[in-house]
Amino acid sequence: MWDHEIKAMASTHAIIAASVFMATVLPAAFVESFSVYGTHLVWIYAVSFVVTVVSVAVFWLLGVTPPTKKHTLGYKLSRLFRCCLYFFLSCLFFHTVVVLYGAPLIESALETFSLAVLLTSLTTLRCLCVLGPNVQAWIRVFSWHGAMSVWDTCLQITVSCTLIGAWFGAFPIPLDWDRPWQVWPISCSLGAVIGFLTGLVVAPTWIHYHRKQLTYKCK
Amino acid sequence: MKVRSSVFASFILIFEVIGVALFLRGFFPVPVKSSVSSKSKLSDLPPEPVTGRSPNSTRVPHPLFEKVVIMLVDALREDFVFGPNGRLYMPYTRHVVERSSSHSFVAKARPPTVTMPRIKALTTGSIPGFIDVVMNLNSPALLEDNLIWQARAAGKRIIFYGDDTWIRLFPKHFVEFDGTTSFFVSDYTEVDNNVTRHRDSTLKRDDWDMLILHYLGLDHIGHISGPHSSLIQPKLLEMDDILKKIHSALISKQTEGALPYLLVLCGDHGMSETGSHGGSSEPEVNTPLVLISPAFRRKEGTLKPDVVEQIDLTPTLALGLGLPISQNSVGRIIPGVFEETSLRDKLRFLHLNGHQLSCLLKDSLPSYEKEPGFEQFRVAEKAHGSWMKLYLEGNTSEVLANMGKKVLKQYLDALNAMSSALGKQLGRYDMYSMIAGMVVVFQLLLLLLLALPEALSGAAAVDVPVLSAVLSLPFYLLCLLFASVHVLVCTSAESSCYFCSLSWGLVFAAVVFSSALFCILISMAMRRLPQEHKTYRKSPLTAPVTEWSLSELDVLLLAGTVGHTLSLAASSFVEEEHQTWYFLISTLCLGVFQDVCRKYFRERIVTGDEEEPVLSSKDRRSGHRKADVHSEKWLALATPPFTLLCCRLLRSLNQTGVQWAHLPDVGHWLNSAEHKVVLSLLAAFCLVLIYFLVQRRCSLVSKVALALGLLGVYSYRAAVDNVSFPWQHSGHATSRGMLEARFVYVFVLGILFTGTKDLLRSQIITADAKLRSRGLWEIYSGLVLLVALLFRAHNLPVLCGSLLIQTLMAQFIWKKLHYDAAQTTIMHYWFGQAFFYFQGNSNNIATIDISVGFVGLESYIEAPAVFLTSLSTYAGPLLWACHLICHLSSEGERSPVSLSHGCYCLALLRSVPAAAYIVLVTVLRYHLFIWSVFSPKLLYESVHLLLTAGVCLFFNTMERGPGSGAPLQCRR
Ligand SMILES: [Zn+2]
Ligand SMILES: [Zn+2]
Repeated sequence: MWDHEIKAMASTHAIIAASVFMATVLPAAFVESFSVYGTHLVWIYAVSFVVTVVSVAVFWLLGVTPPTKKHTLGYKLSRLFRCCLYFFLSCLFFHTVVVLYGAPLIESALETFSLAVLLTSLTTLRCLCVLGPNVQAWIRVFSWHGAMSVWDTCLQITVSCTLIGAWFGAFPIPLDWDRPWQVWPISCSLGAVIGFLTGLVVAPTWIHYHRKQLTYKCK
Repeated sequence: MKVRSSVFASFILIFEVIGVALFLRGFFPVPVKSSVSSKSKLSDLPPEPVTGRSPNSTRVPHPLFEKVVIMLVDALREDFVFGPNGRLYMPYTRHVVERSSSHSFVAKARPPTVTMPRIKALTTGSIPGFIDVVMNLNSPALLEDNLIWQARAAGKRIIFYGDDTWIRLFPKHFVEFDGTTSFFVSDYTEVDNNVTRHRDSTLKRDDWDMLILHYLGLDHIGHISGPHSSLIQPKLLEMDDILKKIHSALISKQTEGALPYLLVLCGDHGMSETGSHGGSSEPEVNTPLVLISPAFRRKEGTLKPDVVEQIDLTPTLALGLGLPISQNSVGRIIPGVFEETSLRDKLRFLHLNGHQLSCLLKDSLPSYEKEPGFEQFRVAEKAHGSWMKLYLEGNTSEVLANMGKKVLKQYLDALNAMSSALGKQLGRYDMYSMIAGMVVVFQLLLLLLLALPEALSGAAAVDVPVLSAVLSLPFYLLCLLFASVHVLVCTSAESSCYFCSLSWGLVFAAVVFSSALFCILISMAMRRLPQEHKTYRKSPLTAPVTEWSLSELDVLLLAGTVGHTLSLAASSFVEEEHQTWYFLISTLCLGVFQDVCRKYFRERIVTGDEEEPVLSSKDRRSGHRKADVHSEKWLALATPPFTLLCCRLLRSLNQTGVQWAHLPDVGHWLNSAEHKVVLSLLAAFCLVLIYFLVQRRCSLVSKVALALGLLGVYSYRAAVDNVSFPWQHSGHATSRGMLEARFVYVFVLGILFTGTKDLLRSQIITADAKLRSRGLWEIYSGLVLLVALLFRAHNLPVLCGSLLIQTLMAQFIWKKLHYDAAQTTIMHYWFGQAFFYFQGNSNNIATIDISVGFVGLESYIEAPAVFLTSLSTYAGPLLWACHLICHLSSEGERSPVSLSHGCYCLALLRSVPAAAYIVLVTVLRYHLFIWSVFSPKLLYESVHLLLTAGVCLFFNTMERGPGSGAPLQCRR
């Protein structure tokens, strides 16, 4: 039924996953002594940047984003502006939530904010790409049975995988193993990225195997 | 037999407590002790070994020292003397350590690093069992063989000044004494002046042989403000000055020809970075040990102090004073102390120490002959004998000296090996009792799990097939089997075990109980199998949408409970358990937030979509005005984020755990002297808020009593100088707030009495639900008042926060979102756990605030002290459990069985981790951290289980209210 869409999704995900991989490997050529642990913030920003650029490009090319009603330049600009605003607000939101979860308030604020940026680029950005800056739609997608297309379901899966990954990433922090990856926020960001990659794989697979059961109201 | 599920749950909890008690009895090993409980005697000392000659030379070595002064500074940490700040803190001591004839060591104290076990260790030389901590407060006389007894038996006159624990441990041992009570932790000058005032007069006199001074002030400063406070330096300078005075007095008394004096400076334990002690972290364990005597060689330059065990001091002192080493001593003599004696004496001292250790080894270990240390000692003794033979023959060649050195080394190795073998003996467990306790606990847990679908069904009753089980054949067979196993184990075991020493009647009852449980379990499991589908549908936990789908919140609650139980297997997760709970409740708040969002936002969308609105239509039509609904919606939406914020603020109040415990926290900031005004304002604000949160549902009398009581709480805090009144300028009120505290107690009792009266009236006379809930709420507010009195001033926000969250959640979340009893119970339990840690508790014994046991009491009385301490320690979980009762009984109209369900869930929630933890501890019993991390947690778990059993009983009495006609129906 949606074979075409599933194929598109799988290839999109493959591209994004490859870009994450490149973002982990390539900076070694430019930054001296680059490593995921050692220069963790560089890695976070590399991954965030690459994921942002690649997702925006891919989704724009695919045309998943709901078509705008007006085509004036001013409207498009305001839309772009709203996207940027939402992106920034979402960074602040994640930062707040992470601090409420117990991250130190002042001490490692930069690290916490970097994690928030990473989480935003892995989750909110995708929402922006798929649903546009439309909070109503976001709430719809993230409530029970609110998905209205394959892409919505895919969005649900990847976002929850990323968040669950970051959540599980916090577990090793209290252990007294003194490993380099236990330093805040390395385990959390690693968990988020691993969760994200898992979500990329799981989403098309799950949809493929459940395509018989899936029924969308407005499709 | 059909039993209501709350009754069933309480019964199971009570039996579980018994099972856990049996387990604990087996788990905490009785310390290594000689089987003959007599004292070592000088006449029993072994003769000096000489090969080829009859052992007639029972020469006892001469004492090395004439007078001994022991200056014990409580909580003296190693770095206070030897650290980089040592020169500032204790200049004279440092000078003596570096330039004078002295020996200095870092003495390692064994955990538990609490005063009484340490004193016991220092005097007996043994390693006190863990359970001694619990007995720390009431210390009966020490009956074991010890240094003080030996000294007194040898006619030495001992004088003691300091902590009165010594006087209770050694009654009638001192010719002169003055005890100081250590209970008023806030006093750190009087306790020391009490000791010092006797110093000069005693030192001038000549009628004593041993002087013990135990200074408590430093420990109290540590408890008040930690090791980095500004109070530390003056206190240490004071101690340094005292040492200087004693030393100069001893020097002036020293006469030519007489035996030299010995001055010992030591600490009983250290002080952690937060200023407490009890655990096994480096700063708590490392204490300085400085021995000063003209008998030692003069030192040149600085030396890094060697590391010894604290208990090594005991045999060293004993032999130095010419006394026999006490029987159960595990320590080794410190060779440095005897460096100036002849080689013959040195060997003799080592021989005596070795002989004593080998006797202890023989007594406590069945296979002692296989121990390498024992073997080494035999060899060394032989070599010693042949060395003596040569020596007595007048041989003075270099060969003899070399041979002597070899023997010395052999002895030292043997001592090391034997001492560590004895140390390992401490890890011997009474496995049989442990397994028996474990079996009972597990049977009960399984029963609880098997009965879950029935107990949480609409009827809330469990059908326990007692009769059919007892009348079946397998029951008798099992009885026989268990009894024969018991006889077999008890006759074959070499070591004595507790379960075997029980009387036959008790054992028989246990056997019958266990086999009956087994049969009940099997028959219930059989019954469950065919009708699995039918019962699951009834369970409300799985009810919400369709048969098998759990909502995200259910998944979170279940996963969190299971995950927490599993996390207990890792020592770090036990140490940092608060992190787990904080993490879980943060997630819970977000989960609830999602539920709230879904409820209020989806409604709008769905109603826009001309579909039938799910929950809203009822609310909307029932006469609420639109604005009301609107404001209610925003309040409900704001509650979870507000709770999250509250929890985040509260967790920065007390830094607990191990890894991050030293980080600065708001509590310390508030407690420092310059922020007293802030603390006063905060405390006053919290008390006012507490009043407004609690008074709503009380009767007028209780309202007034509550207000006066809270006023009393503030004046109590002002009296003990935690907070100040605006008109009160210069602090240092020396009053202990007896009057104020008792004033509050009166109101607590009054409120509790009114509440009980209302409850009884509602139960017996009128069956009025309103009266009942008011009575319950009054009891709850009495509890709140008591906790407000017991909490430290900086912890009042915790109480306030818990009340605030309870009120908001009850108002906007639990009722509005229609969470069922099981979900509400789990949430309450989680919050209770988190608040346990918010108050600054941890899984370490050291964080228990024992000073609470003396609020309003002149002296130590066991029962109220234990009650108050456990109440204030478990205030968080208890308050939440009580709120659960109030909340569920007010829900009573909607579903009459919710109390039963809540009680059952609470019992289940408590017994799952307790049972799992018992198994974990058994598996990990040889883990490195078993005594420092896992055992304290085991004690915490068991006490919590006990308290939960109490709460469940209270649930039961609550439920016998209106509606539930015949609670116990005996069918069959
Ligand atoms: Zn102490
Ligand atoms: Zn202390």
